Amino acid sequence: MTQQLYRFFPQLKNRTITVPAGTVAEIISAVNSIAPGFSDYVLDEHGALRRHVNLCINNTMVIDKIKLSDHVTENQTVYIFQSLSGG
Amino acid sequence: MSDMILLGTRKGTIIFDHTNAGWRPRPIAHAGIPVCYAASDPRDGTLWASLDHGHWGPKLSRSRDRGATWTDISSLKYPKGARYIVKYLPTPDFNPESPTALPEYADASILKIWNIAFGNTNQPGRLYAGTIPGGLFVSDDGGDNWELNRPLWNHHSRGGDLFDGDATTENHWNGTPASIDYGVFEPGIHSIIVDPRDQLHLYVAVSTAGVIETVDGGKSWTGRNQGMLMDYLPDPESEWGHDPHFVTCCPGQPDHLWQQNHCGVFYSDDGAKRWKKVSMPDLGVNFGFPIVADAHDGRTAWVVPARADSERMAIDGGLFVARTTDGGQTWQRFQSGLPQDNAYDIVLRHSLDTAGNSVCFGSSTGNVYLSEDRGETWRCLGNNFPPIYSVRFG
Repeated sequence: MTQQLYRFFPQLKNRTITVPAGTVAEIISAVNSIAPGFSDYVLDEHGALRRHVNLCINNTMVIDKIKLSDHVTENQTVYIFQSLSGG
Repeated sequence: MSDMILLGTRKGTIIFDHTNAGWRPRPIAHAGIPVCYAASDPRDGTLWASLDHGHWGPKLSRSRDRGATWTDISSLKYPKGARYIVKYLPTPDFNPESPTALPEYADASILKIWNIAFGNTNQPGRLYAGTIPGGLFVSDDGGDNWELNRPLWNHHSRGGDLFDGDATTENHWNGTPASIDYGVFEPGIHSIIVDPRDQLHLYVAVSTAGVIETVDGGKSWTGRNQGMLMDYLPDPESEWGHDPHFVTCCPGQPDHLWQQNHCGVFYSDDGAKRWKKVSMPDLGVNFGFPIVADAHDGRTAWVVPARADSERMAIDGGLFVARTTDGGQTWQRFQSGLPQDNAYDIVLRHSLDTAGNSVCFGSSTGNVYLSEDRGETWRCLGNNFPPIYSVRFG
């Protein structure tokens, strides 16, 4: 995941986080149980992906940014990116 | 005398301490994170910063050790079912195929926590937060948990209770919306006044509506815009749709309220039952964003005027502060110690404050100026700060 999130969740730094397969929403929820509050940074209060955050499953961009229903199978990797721009 | 000044800036929170060597800034806190408001709770010294994360959503940050350490709080959220009526702006982006005749609804998400206010001394733990898109939040446990004030959210001036169904009244919150950095425009609550005499009595100011008052602790709300005049709609005396930039009161005489509005400076000496325009355009006192009232004398207030309203910068390249001591009948301009050439500063709505005889402001071009003689002479506390969003004595 983007290293910017380590600032708020240092317990995740330099870790490979392995969680059960499921929807992207379930994956985020599983990470949230390891790092409480994590979901509030990546998702808004409706569970939708925040505007300037992107998720990929392996090399494929997650399509459903509202309910995060894209499915992640065993041995796939979810990547969390942030956009960086401005000054 | 205050011993701390807090700046909310585009790049973090900057705290000045009053030391034997004068005012000295500490290294920046929340480095790299936009902070749209920072203030100290006068009841217990807790510091608050509103983090305007570009990526991770608006958050509050709290320090209970005067800024040595901070803890971020994510619990301020709109509840499920909180909706509002979408307002289209007359921009080239508008899609003419959109059904403008019918209300269109949006689920509310926190876009900005624009203002933080503190309850009275007999209400320990009571805090208020004003947000974009126009919700007032209340905490009774020192900011751990927050609840949306539903009577204001469901106000008849905004379409009624949209939790239960569609609009039952017309949406009148149709003035100038507040902008978020990425081009979203929605109503915002930027001013919250708690009557020091009565904790059930509050005013809020909404960027698209005007001033709204409650006398029963937020169970019911009434518009207080009589006497307001606007320049940009066909009916200048419309009940709603006003664009207050900031509203404040005199703590010692809370029936004396002051408003820097898009359309001028307004004053009320009867608890906002009636506003009176007290601008003096010939003197340059008309447009601007911040306003502050004296702690004891309700007739005394300060503004930092700007060149209206399409240009929004210092007038004629020079900064000045204007003060009235007679309820706006006359104004004095003070510029000693302020730049008078090549100054293009704009002072945003939360970036002017007073404590005792001191007055301080910061600008969007990163300059901070302090007066210790009630605004008559000024000195610079620094020129190279990030764009400044708020200035508060602590």
